[in-house]
Amino acid sequence: MSEQAKARRFEQMALAHLDAAHNLARWLTRNDHDAEDVVQEAYLRAFKYFDGYQGGNGKAWILAIVRRTCFTWLGRNRPKEVLTVEADVLEAAAERAAANAASGPEGPEAEIIRRADKRAIDAAIAALPAPYREVLVLRELEDMAYKEIATVTGIPIGTVMSRLARARALLREALGGALDRKPAHGM
Amino acid sequence: MECNAVRGMLDRYVDGELDAGQAVALEAHVRGCGECRALLEQRKSLSEAIRERAAYHPAPDGLAARIRARAGMNLTEARATTERAPAARAPLALRTWQPLAMAASLLLAVAVSSGTTYLAMRPAAEPGTVDEVVADHIRSLQAKHLTDVASTDQHTVKPWFDGRIDLAPTVKDLSAKGFPLIGGRLDYLGGAEAAALVYGHSQHVINVFVTKGGANAAPSLTDRKGYNVLHWVDGGMSYWAVSDVTIDVLEKLQRLIAAPD
Repeated sequence: MSEQAKARRFEQMALAHLDAAHNLARWLTRNDHDAEDVVQEAYLRAFKYFDGYQGGNGKAWILAIVRRTCFTWLGRNRPKEVLTVEADVLEAAAERAAANAASGPEGPEAEIIRRADKRAIDAAIAALPAPYREVLVLRELEDMAYKEIATVTGIPIGTVMSRLARARALLREALGGALDRKPAHGM
Repeated sequence: MECNAVRGMLDRYVDGELDAGQAVALEAHVRGCGECRALLEQRKSLSEAIRERAAYHPAPDGLAARIRARAGMNLTEARATTERAPAARAPLALRTWQPLAMAASLLLAVAVSSGTTYLAMRPAAEPGTVDEVVADHIRSLQAKHLTDVASTDQHTVKPWFDGRIDLAPTVKDLSAKGFPLIGGRLDYLGGAEAAALVYGHSQHVINVFVTKGGANAAPSLTDRKGYNVLHWVDGGMSYWAVSDVTIDVLEKLQRLIAAPD
Protein backbone atom coordinates (compact mmCIF):
# COMPACT_ATOMS: atom_id res chain seq x y z
CA MET A 1 0.00 0.00 0.00
CA SER A 2 1.49 3.36 -0.97
CA GLU A 3 1.79 5.99 1.74
CA GLN A 4 -0.91 8.02 0.09
CA ALA A 5 -3.27 5.10 -0.30
CA LYS A 6 -2.66 4.16 3.32
CA ALA A 7 -3.42 7.69 4.47
CA ARG A 8 -6.57 7.76 2.41
CA ARG A 9 -7.79 4.46 3.78
CA PHE A 10 -6.99 5.51 7.31
CA GLU A 11 -9.12 8.61 6.81
CA GLN A 12 -12.03 6.45 5.79
CA MET A 13 -11.64 3.64 8.29
CA ALA A 14 -10.55 5.57 11.37
CA LEU A 15 -10.57 9.36 11.20
CA ALA A 16 -14.14 9.37 9.92
CA HIS A 17 -15.12 8.03 13.36
CA LEU A 18 -13.13 10.50 15.41
CA ASP A 19 -16.21 12.01 17.07
CA ALA A 20 -17.40 8.59 18.22
CA ALA A 21 -13.90 7.73 19.40
CA HIS A 22 -13.61 10.93 21.38
CA ASN A 23 -17.10 10.57 22.84
CA LEU A 24 -16.31 7.07 24.10
CA ALA A 25 -12.92 8.11 25.50
CA ARG A 26 -14.43 11.17 27.16
CA TRP A 27 -17.11 9.11 28.85
CA LEU A 28 -14.57 6.52 30.00
CA THR A 29 -11.92 8.95 31.26
CA ARG A 30 -14.48 11.62 32.29
CA ASN A 31 -11.97 14.33 31.46
CA ASP A 32 -11.43 16.38 28.29
CA HIS A 33 -7.67 16.46 28.39
CA ASP A 34 -7.26 12.77 29.13
CA ALA A 35 -9.77 11.84 26.47
CA GLU A 36 -7.80 13.72 23.85
CA ASP A 37 -4.53 12.10 24.91
CA VAL A 38 -6.04 8.65 24.84
CA VAL A 39 -7.65 9.15 21.44
CA GLN A 40 -4.40 10.42 19.99
CA GLU A 41 -2.45 7.51 21.40
CA ALA A 42 -5.04 5.03 20.11
CA TYR A 43 -5.09 6.51 16.62
CA LEU A 44 -1.31 6.60 16.34
CA ARG A 45 -1.16 2.99 17.39
CA ALA A 46 -3.92 2.10 14.93
CA PHE A 47 -2.04 3.88 12.15
CA LYS A 48 1.18 2.09 12.99
CA TYR A 49 -0.39 -1.32 12.60
CA PHE A 50 -2.76 -0.29 9.86
CA ASP A 51 -0.88 -2.16 7.14
CA GLY A 52 -2.02 -5.44 8.60
CA TYR A 53 -5.66 -4.40 8.80
CA GLN A 54 -7.94 -6.35 6.51
CA GLY A 55 -10.91 -4.04 6.29
CA GLY A 56 -14.44 -4.36 7.57
CA ASN A 57 -16.46 -2.32 10.04
CA GLY A 58 -14.17 0.67 10.52
CA LYS A 59 -16.14 2.15 13.38
CA ALA A 60 -16.13 -1.04 15.46
CA TRP A 61 -12.46 -1.59 14.69
CA ILE A 62 -11.23 1.85 15.74
CA LEU A 63 -13.55 2.01 18.77
CA ALA A 64 -12.17 -1.33 19.96
CA ILE A 65 -8.66 0.14 19.86
CA VAL A 66 -9.75 3.35 21.58
CA ARG A 67 -11.57 1.40 24.25
CA ARG A 68 -8.57 -0.84 24.92
CA THR A 69 -6.30 2.19 25.13
CA CYS A 70 -8.72 3.79 27.60
CA PHE A 71 -8.66 0.85 29.94
CA THR A 72 -4.88 0.55 29.73
CA TRP A 73 -4.63 4.25 30.47
CA LEU A 74 -7.05 4.03 33.41
CA GLY A 75 -5.14 1.06 34.81
CA ARG A 76 -1.90 3.05 34.62
CA ASN A 77 -3.16 6.42 35.84
CA ARG A 78 -6.18 5.70 37.97
CA PRO A 79 -5.78 2.12 39.12
CA LYS A 80 -8.32 2.72 41.88
CA GLU A 81 -11.01 3.52 39.41
CA VAL A 82 -10.44 0.31 37.54
CA LEU A 83 -10.32 -1.58 40.82
CA THR A 84 -13.65 -0.25 42.06
CA VAL A 85 -15.07 -1.70 38.90
CA GLU A 86 -14.32 -5.15 40.21
CA ALA A 87 -16.59 -7.96 41.16
CA ASP A 88 -18.17 -6.63 44.36
CA VAL A 89 -19.47 -3.46 42.76
CA LEU A 90 -20.82 -5.38 39.82
CA GLU A 91 -22.35 -7.94 42.15
CA ALA A 92 -24.05 -5.34 44.33
CA ALA A 93 -25.39 -3.52 41.31
CA ALA A 94 -26.62 -6.76 39.83
CA GLU A 95 -28.42 -7.69 43.02
CA ARG A 96 -30.10 -4.33 43.25
CA ALA A 97 -31.12 -4.55 39.63
CA ALA A 98 -32.50 -8.06 40.15
CA ALA A 99 -34.36 -6.99 43.27
CA ASN A 100 -35.87 -4.10 41.35
CA ALA A 101 -36.92 -6.30 38.50
CA ALA A 102 -38.57 -8.79 40.82
CA SER A 103 -40.68 -6.29 42.71
CA GLY A 104 -43.26 -5.71 40.02
CA PRO A 105 -44.03 -2.34 38.46
CA GLU A 106 -41.10 -0.86 40.25
CA GLY A 107 -38.87 2.13 40.01
CA PRO A 108 -39.60 5.61 38.93
CA GLU A 109 -42.49 6.22 36.65
CA ALA A 110 -41.79 7.06 33.04
CA GLU A 111 -42.93 10.59 33.73
CA ILE A 112 -40.27 11.16 36.38
CA ILE A 113 -37.53 9.89 34.12
CA ARG A 114 -38.86 11.97 31.28
CA ARG A 115 -38.42 15.10 33.38
CA ALA A 116 -34.87 14.29 34.50
CA ASP A 117 -32.62 17.18 33.63
CA LYS A 118 -29.43 17.05 31.64
CA ARG A 119 -27.13 17.45 34.60
CA ALA A 120 -28.76 14.61 36.51
CA ILE A 121 -28.54 12.33 33.48
CA ASP A 122 -24.87 13.10 32.85
CA ALA A 123 -24.03 12.62 36.51
CA ALA A 124 -25.87 9.31 36.70
CA ILE A 125 -24.07 7.95 33.63
CA ALA A 126 -20.70 9.20 34.88
CA ALA A 127 -21.31 7.39 38.17
CA LEU A 128 -21.79 4.01 36.51
CA PRO A 129 -18.97 1.48 36.81
CA ALA A 130 -16.92 1.67 33.61
CA PRO A 131 -17.95 -1.73 32.19
CA TYR A 132 -21.59 -0.63 32.39
CA ARG A 133 -20.90 2.89 31.23
CA GLU A 134 -19.18 1.77 28.05
CA VAL A 135 -21.99 -0.51 26.84
CA LEU A 136 -24.55 2.17 27.65
CA VAL A 137 -22.63 4.85 25.74
CA LEU A 138 -22.12 2.58 22.75
CA ARG A 139 -25.80 1.62 22.73
CA GLU A 140 -27.52 4.92 23.44
CA LEU A 141 -25.08 7.52 22.14
CA GLU A 142 -23.47 5.62 19.27
CA ASP A 143 -26.61 3.61 18.51
CA MET A 144 -24.64 0.42 18.00
CA ALA A 145 -26.29 -3.00 17.79
CA TYR A 146 -25.52 -5.65 20.41
CA LYS A 147 -23.35 -7.46 17.89
CA GLU A 148 -21.25 -4.36 17.23
CA ILE A 149 -20.93 -3.59 20.94
CA ALA A 150 -19.70 -7.15 21.44
CA THR A 151 -17.07 -6.54 18.76
CA VAL A 152 -15.89 -3.29 20.31
CA THR A 153 -15.71 -4.57 23.87
CA GLY A 154 -14.69 -8.14 23.16
CA ILE A 155 -17.39 -9.51 25.46
CA PRO A 156 -20.10 -11.98 24.42
CA ILE A 157 -23.49 -10.66 23.29
CA GLY A 158 -25.16 -12.18 26.37
CA THR A 159 -22.85 -10.17 28.61
CA VAL A 160 -23.50 -7.04 26.56
CA MET A 161 -27.20 -7.52 27.24
CA SER A 162 -26.85 -8.16 30.95
CA ARG A 163 -24.49 -5.21 31.45
CA LEU A 164 -26.83 -2.96 29.55
CA ALA A 165 -29.77 -4.11 31.66
CA ARG A 166 -27.82 -3.44 34.84
CA ALA A 167 -26.61 -0.06 33.64
CA ARG A 168 -30.18 0.93 32.97
CA ALA A 169 -31.44 -0.37 36.31
CA LEU A 170 -28.79 1.74 38.06
CA LEU A 171 -29.75 4.78 36.03
CA ARG A 172 -33.45 4.34 36.79
CA GLU A 173 -32.55 4.07 40.44
CA ALA A 174 -30.37 7.18 40.32
CA LEU A 175 -32.76 9.32 38.31
CA GLY A 176 -35.86 8.24 40.20
CA GLY A 177 -34.08 8.62 43.52
CA ALA A 178 -33.05 12.18 42.76
CA LEU A 179 -36.67 13.18 42.54
CA ASP A 180 -38.13 10.88 45.17
CA ARG A 181 -35.81 11.98 47.94
CA LYS A 182 -37.87 14.94 49.02
CA PRO A 183 -41.01 13.18 50.26
CA ALA A 184 -38.99 10.32 51.75
CA HIS A 185 -37.02 12.67 53.98
CA GLY A 186 -39.79 15.13 54.65
CA MET A 187 -41.84 12.64 56.67
CA MET B 1 -47.09 -14.28 26.16
CA GLU B 2 -46.55 -14.22 29.92
CA CYS B 3 -45.69 -11.06 31.82
CA ASN B 4 -42.37 -12.54 32.90
CA ALA B 5 -41.35 -13.33 29.36
CA VAL B 6 -42.38 -9.88 28.21
CA ARG B 7 -40.41 -8.19 30.98
CA GLY B 8 -37.32 -10.13 30.04
CA MET B 9 -37.60 -8.82 26.49
CA LEU B 10 -38.31 -5.12 27.08
CA ASP B 11 -34.71 -3.98 26.65
CA ARG B 12 -34.27 -5.96 23.47
CA TYR B 13 -37.52 -4.55 22.16
CA VAL B 14 -36.48 -0.98 22.87
CA ASP B 15 -33.08 -1.70 21.32
CA GLY B 16 -34.65 -3.08 18.15
CA GLU B 17 -33.05 -6.47 18.69
CA LEU B 18 -36.19 -8.62 18.70
CA ASP B 19 -37.35 -10.36 15.58
CA ALA B 20 -40.57 -9.13 14.10
CA GLY B 21 -42.63 -12.04 15.43
CA GLN B 22 -41.54 -11.44 18.99
CA ALA B 23 -41.99 -7.71 18.68
CA VAL B 24 -45.54 -8.18 17.48
CA ALA B 25 -46.32 -10.60 20.32
CA LEU B 26 -44.83 -8.21 22.85
CA GLU B 27 -46.83 -5.30 21.51
CA ALA B 28 -50.02 -7.34 21.65
CA HIS B 29 -49.38 -8.25 25.27
CA VAL B 30 -48.50 -4.71 26.26
CA ARG B 31 -51.71 -3.39 24.76
CA GLY B 32 -53.67 -5.54 27.16
CA CYS B 33 -51.46 -5.35 30.26
CA GLY B 34 -51.15 -2.07 32.11
CA GLU B 35 -48.24 -3.13 34.31
CA CYS B 36 -46.09 -4.26 31.43
CA ARG B 37 -47.08 -1.16 29.50
CA ALA B 38 -45.87 1.03 32.36
CA LEU B 39 -42.57 -0.85 32.44
CA LEU B 40 -42.13 -0.44 28.72
CA GLU B 41 -42.85 3.28 29.00
CA GLN B 42 -40.26 3.51 31.72
CA ARG B 43 -37.67 1.79 29.51
CA LYS B 44 -38.44 4.01 26.58
CA SER B 45 -38.40 7.19 28.63
CA LEU B 46 -34.93 6.41 29.98
CA SER B 47 -33.54 5.69 26.56
CA GLU B 48 -35.14 8.82 25.15
CA ALA B 49 -33.92 10.99 28.00
CA ILE B 50 -30.34 9.80 27.47
CA ARG B 51 -30.44 10.24 23.70
CA GLU B 52 -31.99 13.67 23.93
CA ARG B 53 -30.08 15.12 26.82
CA ALA B 54 -26.92 13.22 27.76
CA ALA B 55 -23.72 14.99 26.76
CA TYR B 56 -22.18 13.98 23.47
CA HIS B 57 -18.49 14.84 23.24
CA PRO B 58 -17.39 15.27 19.63
CA ALA B 59 -13.67 15.52 18.93
CA PRO B 60 -12.32 19.00 19.58
CA ASP B 61 -11.20 21.11 16.65
CA GLY B 62 -7.72 20.32 15.53
CA LEU B 63 -7.52 16.81 16.95
CA ALA B 64 -7.73 15.21 13.52
CA ALA B 65 -5.03 17.54 12.23
CA ARG B 66 -2.76 16.74 15.18
CA ILE B 67 -3.19 13.02 14.61
CA ARG B 68 -2.40 13.38 10.90
CA ALA B 69 0.67 15.42 11.66
CA ARG B 70 2.00 13.06 14.31
CA ALA B 71 1.33 10.04 12.17
CA GLY B 72 3.23 11.72 9.35
CA MET B 73 0.34 11.10 7.07
CA ASN B 74 0.75 12.25 3.54
CA LEU B 75 -2.56 13.90 3.52
CA THR B 76 -3.05 16.50 0.87
CA GLU B 77 -4.90 14.14 -1.38
CA ALA B 78 -6.47 12.04 1.34
CA ARG B 79 -7.92 14.95 3.19
CA ALA B 80 -9.33 16.53 0.09
CA THR B 81 -11.41 13.46 -0.63
CA THR B 82 -12.70 12.56 2.80
CA GLU B 83 -12.76 15.57 5.07
CA ARG B 84 -15.36 15.00 7.71
CA ALA B 85 -18.47 17.07 7.54
CA PRO B 86 -18.83 19.01 10.79
CA ALA B 87 -21.72 18.38 13.14
CA ALA B 88 -22.97 15.53 11.05
CA ARG B 89 -24.40 13.51 13.89
CA ALA B 90 -27.83 12.10 13.32
CA PRO B 91 -30.55 13.42 15.61
CA LEU B 92 -31.04 10.18 17.49
CA ALA B 93 -33.86 11.56 19.53
CA LEU B 94 -36.08 11.67 16.49
CA ARG B 95 -36.51 7.96 16.46
CA THR B 96 -39.69 6.08 17.13
CA TRP B 97 -39.77 2.76 18.87
CA GLN B 98 -40.53 0.25 16.21
CA PRO B 99 -37.69 -2.20 15.63
CA LEU B 100 -37.80 -1.18 12.02
CA ALA B 101 -37.24 2.43 12.83
CA MET B 102 -34.45 1.49 15.21
CA ALA B 103 -32.61 -0.39 12.53
CA ALA B 104 -33.24 2.45 10.15
CA SER B 105 -31.78 5.01 12.46
CA LEU B 106 -28.76 2.82 13.13
CA LEU B 107 -27.95 2.86 9.48
CA LEU B 108 -28.80 6.51 9.21
CA ALA B 109 -26.36 7.22 12.00
CA VAL B 110 -23.68 5.15 10.29
CA ALA B 111 -24.32 6.82 6.97
CA VAL B 112 -24.40 10.31 8.36
CA SER B 113 -21.50 9.98 10.73
CA SER B 114 -19.18 8.67 8.09
CA GLY B 115 -20.44 11.16 5.57
CA THR B 116 -18.79 10.89 2.22
CA THR B 117 -16.69 7.96 3.32
CA TYR B 118 -19.71 5.69 3.56
CA LEU B 119 -19.41 4.31 0.07
CA ALA B 120 -15.66 4.09 0.13
CA MET B 121 -15.69 1.95 3.28
CA ARG B 122 -16.87 -1.06 1.40
CA PRO B 123 -14.00 -3.47 0.89
CA ALA B 124 -13.24 -4.04 -2.74
CA ALA B 125 -12.72 -7.75 -2.27
CA GLU B 126 -15.63 -10.18 -2.18
CA PRO B 127 -16.92 -9.92 1.36
CA GLY B 128 -18.03 -12.91 3.24
CA THR B 129 -17.04 -16.49 3.53
CA VAL B 130 -19.08 -19.60 3.75
CA ASP B 131 -18.36 -19.82 7.46
CA GLU B 132 -19.58 -16.33 8.10
CA VAL B 133 -22.67 -16.80 5.99
CA VAL B 134 -23.57 -19.91 7.97
CA ALA B 135 -22.79 -18.18 11.28
CA ASP B 136 -24.98 -15.22 10.35
CA HIS B 137 -27.76 -17.56 9.30
CA ILE B 138 -27.64 -19.48 12.58
CA ARG B 139 -27.48 -16.26 14.52
CA SER B 140 -30.51 -14.85 12.73
CA LEU B 141 -32.48 -17.88 13.91
CA GLN B 142 -31.07 -18.05 17.43
CA ALA B 143 -30.85 -14.39 18.31
CA LYS B 144 -34.48 -13.90 17.34
CA HIS B 145 -33.48 -11.17 15.02
CA LEU B 146 -34.67 -12.63 11.78
CA THR B 147 -36.08 -9.50 10.25
CA ASP B 148 -35.89 -5.73 10.64
CA VAL B 149 -38.77 -5.33 8.27
CA ALA B 150 -41.33 -8.11 8.39
CA SER B 151 -43.47 -8.17 5.33
CA THR B 152 -44.61 -10.57 2.69
CA ASP B 153 -44.89 -7.69 0.28
CA GLN B 154 -41.90 -7.06 -1.95
CA HIS B 155 -43.10 -3.48 -2.40
CA THR B 156 -42.61 -2.94 1.31
CA VAL B 157 -39.33 -4.79 1.68
CA LYS B 158 -37.46 -3.42 -1.31
CA PRO B 159 -38.01 0.29 -0.55
CA TRP B 160 -37.13 -0.39 3.05
CA PHE B 161 -33.52 -0.92 2.01
CA ASP B 162 -33.40 2.39 0.14
CA GLY B 163 -31.12 4.77 1.91
CA ARG B 164 -30.14 2.16 4.45
CA ILE B 165 -27.73 0.32 2.29
CA ASP B 166 -25.93 1.27 -0.84
CA LEU B 167 -27.47 -1.32 -3.13
CA ALA B 168 -30.89 -2.22 -4.38
CA PRO B 169 -31.34 -5.93 -3.79
CA THR B 170 -33.72 -7.87 -5.96
CA VAL B 171 -36.81 -8.62 -3.88
CA LYS B 172 -39.38 -10.90 -5.41
CA ASP B 173 -42.70 -12.25 -4.36
CA LEU B 174 -42.13 -15.95 -4.78
CA SER B 175 -44.92 -17.20 -2.56
CA ALA B 176 -46.74 -18.72 -5.52
CA LYS B 177 -43.56 -20.66 -6.25
CA GLY B 178 -43.29 -22.00 -2.72
CA PHE B 179 -40.98 -19.34 -1.25
CA PRO B 180 -43.07 -16.82 0.69
CA LEU B 181 -41.16 -13.67 1.56
CA ILE B 182 -40.81 -13.25 5.33
CA GLY B 183 -38.99 -9.94 5.38
CA GLY B 184 -35.62 -8.21 5.22
CA ARG B 185 -32.82 -7.39 7.58
CA LEU B 186 -29.54 -5.54 7.61
CA ASP B 187 -26.61 -7.76 8.40
CA TYR B 188 -22.88 -7.82 7.96
CA LEU B 189 -20.67 -9.89 5.74
CA GLY B 190 -16.94 -9.40 5.87
CA GLY B 191 -17.55 -6.33 7.98
CA ALA B 192 -19.60 -4.61 5.28
CA GLU B 193 -23.32 -4.10 5.37
CA ALA B 194 -25.34 -6.72 3.58
CA ALA B 195 -29.01 -6.87 2.76
CA ALA B 196 -30.49 -10.10 4.10
CA LEU B 197 -33.70 -11.24 2.45
CA VAL B 198 -35.60 -13.87 4.32
CA TYR B 199 -37.71 -16.43 2.50
CA GLY B 200 -39.67 -19.31 3.91
CA HIS B 201 -39.99 -22.78 2.46
CA SER B 202 -42.40 -25.07 4.30
CA GLN B 203 -40.95 -25.03 7.83
CA HIS B 204 -37.51 -23.80 6.77
CA VAL B 205 -36.01 -20.35 6.73
CA ILE B 206 -33.72 -19.29 3.90
CA ASN B 207 -31.47 -16.26 4.26
CA VAL B 208 -30.29 -14.63 1.07
CA PHE B 209 -27.45 -12.19 1.74
CA VAL B 210 -26.81 -9.60 -0.93
CA THR B 211 -23.68 -7.45 -1.18
CA LYS B 212 -21.94 -5.64 -3.99
CA GLY B 213 -20.30 -8.12 -6.33
CA GLY B 214 -17.94 -8.14 -9.26
CA ALA B 215 -18.09 -10.12 -12.46
CA ASN B 216 -20.95 -12.58 -12.89
CA ALA B 217 -20.31 -15.98 -11.39
CA ALA B 218 -22.32 -19.14 -11.81
CA PRO B 219 -23.86 -20.67 -8.68
CA SER B 220 -21.44 -22.68 -6.60
CA LEU B 221 -22.58 -24.91 -3.77
CA THR B 222 -20.90 -25.60 -0.46
CA ASP B 223 -22.15 -27.35 2.62
CA ARG B 224 -21.09 -26.50 6.13
CA LYS B 225 -22.35 -27.73 9.48
CA GLY B 226 -25.43 -29.22 7.90
CA TYR B 227 -26.36 -26.09 5.98
CA ASN B 228 -26.24 -25.63 2.25
CA VAL B 229 -24.78 -22.43 0.90
CA LEU B 230 -25.24 -21.34 -2.68
CA HIS B 231 -23.20 -18.41 -3.94
CA TRP B 232 -23.51 -16.55 -7.22
CA VAL B 233 -22.82 -13.13 -8.67
CA ASP B 234 -25.32 -11.57 -11.00
CA GLY B 235 -25.75 -8.03 -12.26
CA GLY B 236 -23.08 -6.57 -9.98
CA MET B 237 -24.54 -8.19 -6.88
CA SER B 238 -23.15 -11.04 -4.91
CA TYR B 239 -25.70 -13.48 -3.46
CA TRP B 240 -25.31 -16.01 -0.69
CA ALA B 241 -28.34 -18.21 -0.10
CA VAL B 242 -28.12 -20.35 3.03
CA SER B 243 -30.50 -22.79 4.66
CA ASP B 244 -31.00 -26.32 5.86
CA VAL B 245 -33.21 -27.04 2.85
CA THR B 246 -32.01 -29.53 0.26
CA ILE B 247 -29.73 -28.54 -2.60
CA ASP B 248 -32.42 -28.71 -5.26
CA VAL B 249 -34.67 -26.37 -3.25
CA LEU B 250 -31.87 -23.86 -2.91
CA GLU B 251 -31.07 -24.10 -6.60
CA LYS B 252 -34.71 -23.58 -7.44
CA LEU B 253 -34.78 -20.40 -5.37
CA GLN B 254 -31.59 -19.26 -7.09
CA ARG B 255 -33.19 -19.70 -10.52
CA LEU B 256 -36.28 -17.79 -9.41
CA ILE B 257 -34.25 -14.90 -8.03
CA ALA B 258 -31.96 -14.75 -11.06
CA ALA B 259 -34.80 -15.02 -13.59
CA PRO B 260 -35.65 -11.76 -15.35
CA ASP B 261 -38.96 -10.25 -14.25
